[in-house]
Amino acid sequence: MTMPDTPQSDAPHLDPTNPAFEQTVIGIIAKKKKVDPATITEASTFEQLGIDSLDGIDLVFTFEDEFNISIPDQVVQKMKSVGQVMDALREVLAKRATPPA
Amino acid sequence: MRRVAITGLGVVSALGIGATAFWDALKHGRSGTRRITLFDKSLVSVPIAAEVPDFDPERELPGAPLDILDRFSQLALVAAREAVADAALVIDDSSRDRAGVSIGSGVGGATTQDTLYRRYYSEHNARPHPFSIPRTMYSAAASHVGMTFGLRGPSICISTACSSAGHSIGEAFDMIRGGRADVMIARGADARITAPVIKVWEAMRVLANPDDPATACRPFSADRLGIVIGEGAGVLILEDWDHAVARGARILAELAGYGATSDAAHITQPGIDAPVRAIRTALEQARLTPDAVQYVNAHGTGTPLNDSTETAIIKKAFGAHALRLAVSSTKSMHGHVMGASGAIELVATILAMQHDTVPPTINYSVPDPDCDLDYVPNCARALRIDAAVSNSFAFGGLNAVLAVRRAH
Repeated sequence: MTMPDTPQSDAPHLDPTNPAFEQTVIGIIAKKKKVDPATITEASTFEQLGIDSLDGIDLVFTFEDEFNISIPDQVVQKMKSVGQVMDALREVLAKRATPPA
Repeated sequence: MRRVAITGLGVVSALGIGATAFWDALKHGRSGTRRITLFDKSLVSVPIAAEVPDFDPERELPGAPLDILDRFSQLALVAAREAVADAALVIDDSSRDRAGVSIGSGVGGATTQDTLYRRYYSEHNARPHPFSIPRTMYSAAASHVGMTFGLRGPSICISTACSSAGHSIGEAFDMIRGGRADVMIARGADARITAPVIKVWEAMRVLANPDDPATACRPFSADRLGIVIGEGAGVLILEDWDHAVARGARILAELAGYGATSDAAHITQPGIDAPVRAIRTALEQARLTPDAVQYVNAHGTGTPLNDSTETAIIKKAFGAHALRLAVSSTKSMHGHVMGASGAIELVATILAMQHDTVPPTINYSVPDPDCDLDYVPNCARALRIDAAVSNSFAFGGLNAVLAVRRAH
């Protein structure tokens, strides 16, 4: 059984080209780590944020759920900072947005 | 062999959170069985259970990583904190390598599994939560208690259905007696009040379901209807006797004997000879003659077969003295907590000893010729208890009996 990767909505906070997207990503991380979102920037690393491997897979689950996407393992392995998370999400979301010809 | 002191108690059950609420309900003969609130009860035919009332994990476990704790681990952690505080136990670098955890659980993280399968099969959501494994594994509650208190000695998890906690406490007792550990946090925990779990017990035709939930569990009464599914956790701090004395601990009782036997006969029907041997072994190990025992906390599930068989077991094990024993089933109040039963019931037994009061078997109204012992019907009774026995007889014929003596 598979779940189709279709966008649930075109809400601006889930659109990687919209500035609200970055705040969505930071908000999810801040909520998970129970810290003020203002303390998190694109440059923040998982290490600085105290995100261990278990927190990491929990975050990936939350991103997949929130954006209704599947993030491949090789992409997950590249996610070690907030900026890398945003890049990875943009990459996956972009692939979804361009259906094969 | 070293002696084993019980120095702290903790309990969470349908009778409330903490030993004070637990004992108050036992003493007054109050039932914890109510209409189910944990899920939509229209999904089941038997909509009653012994749920922990008003359990708010945020309130009970401030600061704990609740995301990764299944309900059974949450209940276990609350009871463990109470027991450690009750024992005034301080684990530091001088003691942590010789302190461990022993947990009994019949089903592990049942509520996590329920969510997992519902999402996958029913909601067609192919994305399981990544914490499903660490939440579900039976040993999770042992690990979380160990992490909370920094225990680095032997830690184990035992699953023997309804005897899980009895075996868990017994094996922890043997570890201390044999010198492998000085302190063990021994307990049982189960939380599995979900619709499919109730349905499978319905399928076995053993659930009680009268109009008034409080009267559902009627052990040893001729009008008994079956079991009530409960949830909760019971915790006992076990210590090497000299260790407890050296730190000036208040010793609640001596855990003095443990008998573990197997029927090797039938996957659900209880036998007689193996449970009798378990009782005799526990008494011999405790250097108790049958007539030195005043109280038996029975397995007493409330099924027709268990209660008549257990009566025969007690009569065979104790001989003529059986008729002079006070025998009660506290399951009549806190329900059948499966993997936690033996621990919750040993806590009840120690509290009975401390208060010189035997908790009753409630909902007893019709004598059964096959159940002809003194079941302390409906009202608690003042009685000095110098020695007591707690029975756990599981499906599949795995028996664990614990014997305790007044501390002196």
